[in-house]
Amino acid sequence: MATTEYRARGMNGLGSPRPEIVMRGLRDRPRGWLEWLTTTDHKKIGIMYLFATFVFFILGGVEALIMRAQLAVPDGTLVTPETYNGLVSMHGTTMIFLFIVPVWAGFANYMLPLMIGARDMAFPRLNALSFWLLAFGGIAFYASLFFEPPEAGWTSYAPLSDDAYLPSGGVDAWIFLIHLTGLSSLVGAVNFIATIHNMRAKGMGWGRMPLFVWSMLTYSYLLVAALPAIAAAVTMLLTDRHFGTDFFDPTGGGDPVLWQHLFWFFGHPEVYIMILPAFGIISEILPVFARKPIFGYKAIAAATASIAFLSLLVWAHHMFTTPTSTVVLVFFMFSSFLIAVPTGIKIFNWIATLWRGSIMMKTPLYFAAAFPALFVIGGITGVIMAVFPVDWQLHDTYFIVAHIHYVLFGGSVFGLFAGLYYWFPKMSGRLMSEGLGKLSFWVMFVGFNLTFLVQHSAGLSGMPRRIYDYPESAGWWGYNLASTIGSFLLGIGVMITVVNVLRSIKHGQKAGNDPWKGNTLEWFVQSPPPENNFDTIPRVRSVEPLKDIRREVSKASEPAGTVAQPVASGT
Amino acid sequence: MDRRSSRRCRLPLFALATALAALLLAVPAASAGVFTPEAGGSPNADDIDRLYRIVLYVAIPIFLIVEGTLIWSLVKFRARRGGPEPAQIRGNTPLELGWTIGAAVILVVLAGITFIYLGDINNPAPSGPNGLATGAQVASIDQPDPPAGGGETLDIDVNGQQYLWRYDHPGDQIYDYYELVVPTDTTVTLEIRASDVQHSWWIPKLGGKVDAVPGHTNETWFKIDEAGDYSGQCAELCGSNHSDMRARVRAVSPEEYEQYVEDRQAEIKEAQSALAEQRKEREGAEGEGQ
Repeated sequence: MATTEYRARGMNGLGSPRPEIVMRGLRDRPRGWLEWLTTTDHKKIGIMYLFATFVFFILGGVEALIMRAQLAVPDGTLVTPETYNGLVSMHGTTMIFLFIVPVWAGFANYMLPLMIGARDMAFPRLNALSFWLLAFGGIAFYASLFFEPPEAGWTSYAPLSDDAYLPSGGVDAWIFLIHLTGLSSLVGAVNFIATIHNMRAKGMGWGRMPLFVWSMLTYSYLLVAALPAIAAAVTMLLTDRHFGTDFFDPTGGGDPVLWQHLFWFFGHPEVYIMILPAFGIISEILPVFARKPIFGYKAIAAATASIAFLSLLVWAHHMFTTPTSTVVLVFFMFSSFLIAVPTGIKIFNWIATLWRGSIMMKTPLYFAAAFPALFVIGGITGVIMAVFPVDWQLHDTYFIVAHIHYVLFGGSVFGLFAGLYYWFPKMSGRLMSEGLGKLSFWVMFVGFNLTFLVQHSAGLSGMPRRIYDYPESAGWWGYNLASTIGSFLLGIGVMITVVNVLRSIKHGQKAGNDPWKGNTLEWFVQSPPPENNFDTIPRVRSVEPLKDIRREVSKASEPAGTVAQPVASGT
Repeated sequence: MDRRSSRRCRLPLFALATALAALLLAVPAASAGVFTPEAGGSPNADDIDRLYRIVLYVAIPIFLIVEGTLIWSLVKFRARRGGPEPAQIRGNTPLELGWTIGAAVILVVLAGITFIYLGDINNPAPSGPNGLATGAQVASIDQPDPPAGGGETLDIDVNGQQYLWRYDHPGDQIYDYYELVVPTDTTVTLEIRASDVQHSWWIPKLGGKVDAVPGHTNETWFKIDEAGDYSGQCAELCGSNHSDMRARVRAVSPEEYEQYVEDRQAEIKEAQSALAEQRKEREGAEGEGQ
């Protein structure tokens, strides 16, 4: 089979894909699980990333569902307060550090070299290291289940996270997780930066780079800028806990507010680290399915860069209720307002991309189109909370829980599901079931909104976040019951996609190289791509190189010849 | 395929209609707490509520425009067999500049409106004529930040501890743990502190929350017109029983407040002498001092 493919590609009579002269001294490649353990292939590492992060996604989801079950009725007795706080901390930490941030590294590991026409990442071994650091970070953190999980929330505010109040090892496990996943992300970020800067195909200038690659470049620079702050902060917390320093302990001259500043100086860029790659995926998918170029390519790329810059200047909007002078609050209100402008630009650009298109209603498009619809709600509630006197009412309530989930679930997770349905055929060579995909979408969409829309009202009526129970007299029962029902629907929706993936790997319809008529180079190669990705790397002449190639191919009278041409596998 | 997908395209409309219907069903119960924050206890809470409503009213049309155009595009521009080739539009500079500037202008307006309300939210209102009469029990001398309108205020020190609040009335030399009793029509200024971990003081009807941070003093105020109970709870995760850390403010008439102060002074005195008795008894029994 491979033989005919190489012929069809115009490799001119090579009887075998193996080159004539073989390098001496190559070791035999290990087989089976050892191959996965020792691989440095960006595609295999990408798959491992995606698999591991989805396992953590399911774990974090189960934690969320236990919390929702506890809150379904007033005075819930399913879990103890200590367990509940453990669940709060595990859920937040898992979803942020072990799911959303690394899942983008997973997609990018697989797709980014293909999209820019590279044969691997710049540093393949470093790439493997960054995956294994993540895996061990997750294991170190989840090992705390066997002694005592952390109970200080994913934000671990001092002094609660200090040894005086939480002496168990849970917070230490959390600190190690931050260090290990932080190193993993830093190593990965350096690798992405080097790859993007140096390994683009001929002709792919900055103005022709796919927008997903733009977003991953920004993601990487933001990680490099933000992670040192939290690495320093958790190291200080570690020495506070075990070596007698008092960085965050007011009794020794330290300051708990310092923790908040360091944490959020990382924490807010982290939000954009989690959402920018989703912006990128949406910017790839919408034009493909609307059969229309992205509207305002330069504006979207510029907006991505300016969001990244501004995201370093808005951290204290998480701290509007701390003892802080008004002038500081005003500054952070303005900077938070400012970041809404480039974000709004992107939403308008996406809608304009769909406008007057010829929209193919496939599952990736469903998820991609839901993204702006849901994200705009998170964006608007974000602006509401940037008005700091209003935030004094909304801060630390279920309103903000709703807000972050509209951004991170309605935004990031719907974006990555769009990416999953979009790229699955490339990774597996098979299409996912459209029926199951759309069913999954609608169940998730309804479940998501049922879960989180009502949480705005719960917060407005005074329900603080992170409480393990509430009295019947508080009047929050209705909201919480609706939210719990919605969350289980959401869980079912996610499981439908899991089933869809498992089924389609074996039984999905053969996808061919380019099932969606894509615009970018990953659709040029076979599905799944061969280990070296490209035999010939096409020259890039526009933002949509594959569209150019298709046009050339259809123009040429003899489609074979030496013209690089995508071929359906199995021919 | 095309016919099937065109039928499926109506699903977003259906979903939106369902969502709107659900919203409308919620409206009869609507008042504070569903679409707007709790308010009605104190002028600063009312001002925050007004400010929130303005921002919300600005946001609603933007929300409707975005969702409307999006759904319209998804319905109107879906692929049809034999339909027109999609227009290969790559951008439109005037349009893009337009919505950039438009978004910026809206935000500038919102900032301006915030500044209009900020003063009234931040600065304690003067006490009303029916408030606590000037007298020895009001420690206006110690007050760090006199209200712009002048007049007497009642100053309270609030201290958050796992998992309760301690209320000190320095002017009256009393304290309480169970509830904060205050007179109506009197501006009450609070100095918020914490003695172990971080907490956050929040009575939704009486205004925004302020964090209680160990090593820092945070300030807020309220002025209650109507006698009654106002409840809230700690809003910053402070440990396993965070959810049980309730706060309660009971507003009573100034006369009742004076009575409460007297009773409380007597109770504290009684408790102190009982403690002294206890100590003597225990020392007698154990035969050793502390």
